[in-house]
Amino acid sequence: MVFVENFRIALAALWANKLRSLLTTLGIVIGVAAVIAVVSIVQGLQFQITQQLQGVGATYIMVLPDTGNQGGPGVIARQVKLTWEDGQAIRDRVQGVAYITPVILGGATAKYRDRQHDTLVLGVNDDWPDVANFLVERGRFFSSIDLDHRRKVVVVGLKVVEELRLGPSPVGREIYVGNVPATVVGVMEKKGQTLGTDVDDIVYMPFETSLALFGRRAADQVQIRLQAESAGVVERVKDEIGALLRQRHRIPAGQPDDFQILLQDEILSTVNTILGSVTAVVGAVVGVALLVGGIGIMNIMLVSVTERTREIGIRKSVGARRRDILVQFLIEAITLSLVGGALGAAAGYGIGALVASLLPGDWPPAHVPLWAFAIAFGFSAIVGIFFGIYPAGKAARLDPIEALRYE
Amino acid sequence: MALIEIREVDKVYEMGAEKIFALDGLDLDVERGEYLAVMGASGSGKSTLMNLIGCLDRPSSGTYALDGTEVQKLSDEELAAIRNREIGFVFQTFNLLARTDALRNVELPLIYGGMPRRERREKAAAALERVGLGDRMKHDSSELSGGQRQRVAIARALVNEPSILLADEPTGNLDSATSEEIIRLFDELHAAGNTVILVTHEADIATHARRRILLRDGRVVEDSAAAPASPAAGI
Repeated sequence: MVFVENFRIALAALWANKLRSLLTTLGIVIGVAAVIAVVSIVQGLQFQITQQLQGVGATYIMVLPDTGNQGGPGVIARQVKLTWEDGQAIRDRVQGVAYITPVILGGATAKYRDRQHDTLVLGVNDDWPDVANFLVERGRFFSSIDLDHRRKVVVVGLKVVEELRLGPSPVGREIYVGNVPATVVGVMEKKGQTLGTDVDDIVYMPFETSLALFGRRAADQVQIRLQAESAGVVERVKDEIGALLRQRHRIPAGQPDDFQILLQDEILSTVNTILGSVTAVVGAVVGVALLVGGIGIMNIMLVSVTERTREIGIRKSVGARRRDILVQFLIEAITLSLVGGALGAAAGYGIGALVASLLPGDWPPAHVPLWAFAIAFGFSAIVGIFFGIYPAGKAARLDPIEALRYE
Repeated sequence: MALIEIREVDKVYEMGAEKIFALDGLDLDVERGEYLAVMGASGSGKSTLMNLIGCLDRPSSGTYALDGTEVQKLSDEELAAIRNREIGFVFQTFNLLARTDALRNVELPLIYGGMPRRERREKAAAALERVGLGDRMKHDSSELSGGQRQRVAIARALVNEPSILLADEPTGNLDSATSEEIIRLFDELHAAGNTVILVTHEADIATHARRRILLRDGRVVEDSAAAPASPAAGI
């Protein structure tokens, strides 16, 4: 009963000083808004990356040349190579590989009549749709025959069709990719954005043909991407690829690999680690913001206690106990920080949604997990209690006689 | 047993090395239903005595029993409870809460007494009627005259039906006409059976009381009850 009344008294006091209350809690508002905004953005990012990677499946394996490991102490610098011959060796000698393709990529200008468009060119083989889990919507993907004959054919993404204005029937159009003339044989299905790359803005060329564009030396530094037959064999396939490549590259025992083999879940966990540390850093910054906000609250509460010394004296003279005064001022502090937390959560959610809408592609709608709200509110409440207890205690301990005499 | 029994009470303040006796071996009994004026020059110990009687303070030594309860042994919490139930304060400066209407001001002691809301409203309204402010309940203290503010304060002092109405220079901030009204209100409250203690330095205000005591240097030096109140006693 008395508690409810103390609560009402506290709210009335805050309401009486609306502007001051709002300014006091601004630090908390900003701190909590930052947490919620960052969490919502990171969650969105994580959601999207996870979805994209899960799209390629748990059997996805990526082999990259690793130039980072050469030149270590006592190592004679070697040219790091990863070639499609390595890929073919993997296909022929490692059991359990379902699909495998080389990937060579670079930028080029696509031209059609008077139109030009800068785009990304991927040189791959006919396994690509199965490796990337990415299908042709119209026409066809290139075949092994196209590859064998080094035919000048390309498959394009929807964005390329739009930019070059290839019209409603793009299949059969003659375009230039760089200075290589090529016939469009297919259009890929719409995929949207991945990690800031527009997957619809890509021209796919047969691997061998792309070497005409990128030059012969590009064949020394390819990526190899493959799908294992099942999730159960992924680890073994990875190990065998490692052993095979070490043997082919003649890497002596004890020397590090000159290639990297990434599995889907490893890529996922790497991404999560990066996002996790982003969250941690932001969390630390936010902690400081909440601390500063809390000090702001304590400061104003101390001012408020001094200003209202007489009020405290009056209340005590009519029978308010210490804990009544303590609770009244503590509720004021907690309410300030909780209202700040609520405003901050709303603002942060708004910022997250705004950022999501500004980013291109299929960004998921701002999603803030319940725990983020819980933590934001919990911290606000703790800040309120922590920084409110001293001023409230000071108010509660005031001597009623002194307080009544206070001018 | 008297309502107030003060025996050999000292109240000592230490000012550096010097000890100041605000009350110095003071004895005082007040019966229920008395109308007492406490007089004295400033520094005579009036305010200290009032704080003591009002349970805002405890004696340094000696005993103070209020309705049989030894106050000097009580904790802060228990003192707060006694102030709430047994004492109604009226101050010179009214001491109403700012930005708070009359009704809510009068409710305040009932809030801390834990009375449910509806009952509280009714009692507070009745107390305001009692002091003639039934039509001003929703007015903030800033919208009331000095006399009206003091009436609100008196209503607040009355609302919990305390054993003692304790007024510290209640007319000190009022003009003489308003002072007269307020003091007549105290007369009425005494007539209705309340114990009233007025602290004042104004002799004409004090004449309203049935009993007058004079303090000097923390002691009662004159008490109209000690000698039978007759003109011959020469007070």
